[in-house]
Amino acid sequence: MAVATETQFHVLAVDDSLLDRMLIERLLKTSSYQVTTVDSGSKALQILGLQDDQTNSPFVSSDQHDVEVNLIITDYCMPEMTGYDLLKKIKESSSLKDIPVVIMSSENVPSRINRCLEEGAEEFFLKPVQLSDMNRLKPHILKGKYKEQHQQQVLQDDSITSSNKNSNKRKAMDDEISPEMTRPRLTSSLTVL
Amino acid sequence: MEHSSLQRQVAYGKKSLVDQGYLDEQFYELEELEDEASPNFVEEVVTLFFCDSSRLVANIEQALEKCPQDFRRLGSLAHQLKDSTTSIGALRVKNECTRFREYCDEENLQGCQGSFQKVKREHAILKQKLEAYFQLLRQTGPAARATCSGD
Repeated sequence: MAVATETQFHVLAVDDSLLDRMLIERLLKTSSYQVTTVDSGSKALQILGLQDDQTNSPFVSSDQHDVEVNLIITDYCMPEMTGYDLLKKIKESSSLKDIPVVIMSSENVPSRINRCLEEGAEEFFLKPVQLSDMNRLKPHILKGKYKEQHQQQVLQDDSITSSNKNSNKRKAMDDEISPEMTRPRLTSSLTVL
Repeated sequence: MEHSSLQRQVAYGKKSLVDQGYLDEQFYELEELEDEASPNFVEEVVTLFFCDSSRLVANIEQALEKCPQDFRRLGSLAHQLKDSTTSIGALRVKNECTRFREYCDEENLQGCQGSFQKVKREHAILKQKLEAYFQLLRQTGPAARATCSGD
């Protein structure tokens, strides 16, 4: 635990039921994930750095506190903000849209499932979620990582070429992406598979 | 040592709970999540379940006594209870909840009342049986690891 050489992926789990939060946390930890659980969609958005009034703020402090989330798993039926609502907000955010989202529900409602998948959810788990379901998470996390890495690589390449010219040019490109995204941890994690 | 006979009793107890339909495979799934770091996970989850479910049962009882009944609220409470039962594999309680919820959707008061009595009954029986099961389990637990001291 002293040295963070192993990339332990971090999953944010959202469920209003304490019992289910306990379960999902155990399932994820047993599968070697780092876990944060919250009891509502709005709390999830807070952790992710999205407040209601700031829909596009990649500069918010959560990144600096090293809260990198590699996957979000959320219950569908929650009061106030459903898992679907949360999914939508995440996919609408330029800083968060590449984070894979998995929806859980105790009810097998095809229209609900399709709606979520169409909105960009990677998978739909029927509760009770089981250990075997945890194996389905990694491919989505790796895909998300690849997208992020690729985005960074494009930036780095561009910034290398532009640094030979004008630094002003780089500032224009950094408009949307924060420098915090180029964390050394991410590049080293690519080699771990 | 009494230990292996206790272990047998535990295994038998669990098997009969499943065979008689009180519990389903989800209970075994919970056991898979126990390890050295979380040796009492199943008991903790079950304890939490009964905290949750007892509260819900009480709320349903109250809601049924109100006049006129709020069937939407009753249905929602039934749904929450059913969800909890799913998480621990409380099969019989779950099945009664499903029936109860159907009566709520139909706004059938008599059906609701009759069905709810069954929910309560199954809930109470399961609580009793699981308490006995965990008591037995506790007797085997510490003895298996540390020096065998009587409990």
